[in-house]
Amino acid sequence: MRLKHKDLLGLEYLDREEINLILETATPFKELFTRSVKKVPPLRGKTVVLLFYEPSTRTRISFELAAKRLSADVLNISASTSSVAKGESLIDTAKTLEAMKADFVVIRHSMAGAPQILARTISASIINAGDGTHEHPTQGLLDMFTIWEKKGRLSGLKVAIVGDILHSRVARSNIWGLNKMGAKVYVVGPATLIPPRIEEMGVKIFYDLDEIIDELDVINILRIQMERQKENLFPSLREYNEIFGITDERLKRAKKDLLVMHPGPMNRGIEISSSVAEGSRSVITEQVTNGIAVRMAVLYLLAGGDSRGMKR
Amino acid sequence: MKLVIRNGRVIDPKNKIDKKVDILIENGKITKIGESSKLRPGDVTRSTITIDATGKLVTPGLIDMHTHLREPGREDEETIASGTRAAARGGFTSICCMPNTQPVIDSVSGVKFVLTTGSQEGVVNVYPIGSITKGQKGEELAEIGKMRIAGIVGISDDGKPVMNAQIMRRALEYAKMFNLPVISHCEDLNLSLDGVMNEGFTSTILGLKGMPRQAEEIMVARDIALAELSGGKLHLAHITTRRSVELVRQAKKRIKVTCETAPHYFSLSEEDVRGYNTNTKINPPLRTKDDIEALGEGLADGTIDCIASDHAPHLDVEKDLEYNMAPFGIIGLETMLPLILTNLVRKKILSLNQAIAKLTVNPANILGLEKGSLSIGSDADLTVIDLNLKKKIGNEFTSQSKNSPFIGMELKGFPVVTIVGGKVLMKDGELI
Repeated sequence: MRLKHKDLLGLEYLDREEINLILETATPFKELFTRSVKKVPPLRGKTVVLLFYEPSTRTRISFELAAKRLSADVLNISASTSSVAKGESLIDTAKTLEAMKADFVVIRHSMAGAPQILARTISASIINAGDGTHEHPTQGLLDMFTIWEKKGRLSGLKVAIVGDILHSRVARSNIWGLNKMGAKVYVVGPATLIPPRIEEMGVKIFYDLDEIIDELDVINILRIQMERQKENLFPSLREYNEIFGITDERLKRAKKDLLVMHPGPMNRGIEISSSVAEGSRSVITEQVTNGIAVRMAVLYLLAGGDSRGMKR
Repeated sequence: MKLVIRNGRVIDPKNKIDKKVDILIENGKITKIGESSKLRPGDVTRSTITIDATGKLVTPGLIDMHTHLREPGREDEETIASGTRAAARGGFTSICCMPNTQPVIDSVSGVKFVLTTGSQEGVVNVYPIGSITKGQKGEELAEIGKMRIAGIVGISDDGKPVMNAQIMRRALEYAKMFNLPVISHCEDLNLSLDGVMNEGFTSTILGLKGMPRQAEEIMVARDIALAELSGGKLHLAHITTRRSVELVRQAKKRIKVTCETAPHYFSLSEEDVRGYNTNTKINPPLRTKDDIEALGEGLADGTIDCIASDHAPHLDVEKDLEYNMAPFGIIGLETMLPLILTNLVRKKILSLNQAIAKLTVNPANILGLEKGSLSIGSDADLTVIDLNLKKKIGNEFTSQSKNSPFIGMELKGFPVVTIVGGKVLMKDGELI
């Protein structure tokens, strides 16, 4: 089986089989990391451009490692969005990359829809590495991979996403993906940070985590951005912490095998306490490792690889 | 010079004409309307230009009461010359231009500039609208009376609302003396802040900041209340939501208030924003299918008086950007009539008579223009329409800008002749 698309723009556009394919393909890549030689040849001679309009450390490095472990040539371009306003337009940048014969463009952008613009402008495969508050599909995939690896399934699991859902592309990608895989998704956060009519995506809204904490299999905690307080979306960080912060105390009634996840970077002491982040239920560092494997799978499959290629 | 338009179905809502008659034009005026047999031998001579309108519709020249011509200031996007030609191609013989140019038309000199340039370089009638407040800043009233004497037909801060209710009240009170309509752009800027599309499920999944419908509706309600308070003549520009229509419907039972909508609001919905085509970025934003239905009801029962283009030219380089960065607005002069005929008349939401009234006599009445009818002695401004002409909208626009979401769409019913002051400006889609 192969992917049906040239690009990975969002999990909205993938079906269940395609998501399964990516998760299954990521497994042998992850096994590779335990070896002394972590590099395999499938993308030899291919060029992967990492086009980052927004500062990012972990996603960029994760993609870079994924591409390098597949033997691709990697080019890093970072531009701040402010300079874009004055300088070259996204479409012109895209055309330049096309002329340089890039095979993949991994784009991170502060504005929703930027990957779509690239995808319809150039023939390279476009991978969305996060666009505004729209989607972050590889994060959604690595979160699902992590859950799937630990629980052996996704179907029927209860997953809560907690925090600033309104501004979160991670939440949107997780919701699309988890719903397609048959999980039950709850979103929890201040009413001002819940996007309008999100329940139509097939999620349930809660303002009090304690109502559902005992039935959850997974809790995915989102980063709360400091500037949201200035926009009057909530009164103070300490109030946020008191009502929505995840602490050992709050997890007392949770299942023993609850998975605690966070896409990072964390604000310890605000949305998550240090002891929860370091605790036995936390899989936060494993998410980072899995991210590389999942991104390798995505690159490999978009390059036309099939499900049998990497299995031994 | 004489011109005769023969054998067309003539619709003139003002004079309640809907029949097959000939129209004789002499020296820029309409001199005779009647059945072919009633024209005397002397009426049509060898030098008379004949337009055969067999199988076509002949209407009073269409009026667009809401256009952005961009001159002065943004002549790269549109000029009075190019915008009036786009109007002629779209079947319009009179257009009203909004004052949000650079500089803003907020003084007599600005008004004179538009009128002079309009008569020298324009091809259709150009009526300037002055700003409500100086620089459209919403702080101090512009010299409304002096601009009225110079020739404005209405006042508006279009592009922005007048956020301060007290200033809006004063504008309505003051403009009442001159019987000038105050054209309100209804938007609560605090609620719509940074929004780029309608707030709802689609904005949530696209990750785009929404503008709630209430940002419009609150201001519609406020302005109706202020019109009641002041006794002023209120016209609401581009209304788009079910609640706005209902508010106007109720208000019309008590006071005189008028409103318009634009073709894109009943032709497209927020769903069309999927794919992030920046030619769907418009303010107020495209709404929902339910709103489209409500606009249809409001148009049919007369709650919505007019249809206006809100023609807003922007260059490709401005629109070919990330959705958030692109400016609001689309061009509309050359697609407006086909959209009305295809999406309202053909779907039997409006009769032809109703549709033509919303483009002729109704805007003329609101603005106090001696236009919009085929009365004997009136200016010979006419539009001939081929209801059966089917065309796919290409990107060959007469407007200097091409920012249209309707490119590629097939529409039925196009203007085929535009006549202003007895002069044929457009024939078969080509400017003469």
